[in-house]
Amino acid sequence: MSVIVKTVTRLTVGLIFLYGIYIILHGHITPGGGFAGGVIIALSFINLDLAFGGKVSSKIFSKKGTGVVEALGAIMFIALALFGMRYGGFFDNFLHPDGEPGQLVSAGIIPLENIAISLKVAAGLFGIFLALIVLQKFESEKK
Amino acid sequence: MIELYVLLGLMIAGAIIAIEVKNLLSAVIAVGIVGLGLSIIFILLKAPDVALTQIVVEIAAVILLIRATLHREIALKPCGSRPFGALMGILFLGLAVVGALVTFSDGLNSFGAPLMTVSSFYPLNAVSGTGASNVVASVILDYRAYDTLGEATVLFTAVIGVLTVMRSPGKKKEEDLQDNNE
Repeated sequence: MSVIVKTVTRLTVGLIFLYGIYIILHGHITPGGGFAGGVIIALSFINLDLAFGGKVSSKIFSKKGTGVVEALGAIMFIALALFGMRYGGFFDNFLHPDGEPGQLVSAGIIPLENIAISLKVAAGLFGIFLALIVLQKFESEKK
Repeated sequence: MIELYVLLGLMIAGAIIAIEVKNLLSAVIAVGIVGLGLSIIFILLKAPDVALTQIVVEIAAVILLIRATLHREIALKPCGSRPFGALMGILFLGLAVVGALVTFSDGLNSFGAPLMTVSSFYPLNAVSGTGASNVVASVILDYRAYDTLGEATVLFTAVIGVLTVMRSPGKKKEEDLQDNNE
């Protein structure tokens, strides 16, 4: 891509990433949540990949890494659900008394579940993007 | 309410353009118009959670579509006329219209009018029950967490499917070539 795109990306990609983290961490207070924040984080990596090429983005988040992080998010989500079995049932909100409504640390396991879902969604979407790019490269080499 | 109908008309126009236009990039951008209109409608209906998710997913989908389809030579053959399919389409559309006329002959309820017993429980008790001031988050991650588990399973399966179908095909070929050489 051109110099303009590279410079603008270099300035904004960190802000996009931070905005995704903000959406995830405030998912139980303001609109948003794990899914939307995860897609924003995946979009920041996609932005990096489109502007600088696959080598730069794979240094930060490789294709193998996406698989590992996605599995980690899935395990974290199901583990939180299973921890609830000890206190009352599947998906029991066992941390509930912590914090008041409206505070950042509140709502028990809901923020933790948001983080787990965001890991899953971000890694999954970026993995799909990388898979599609690899396919395209293969087809263009074939011609 | 008039702005809703304007946006709906815009979305229908975008969908028709996306089907009819020959250029692939124009079709993808017309699909993007549909998603953007839907997101604005969600904001007007006071559903910011869904609007945020919708616009973010729409951007990702449009980028993926452009990246995946733009430089590829996909044959855009016009399909021939199918009289049986057209007849069946008209038949079922007519059936749906007749059924709707019979069902809603005494008129529809006004917009969002009958608040069900379950859905009136959440706005009253969610904040004190879970501690989350965003009621939507408390519903999808506490009261209805099984739904979110199902959604996560669907996404996981979709990613595994894409990675399996589109894994780099070079490896197998090289091995095959080596086998042939030996």
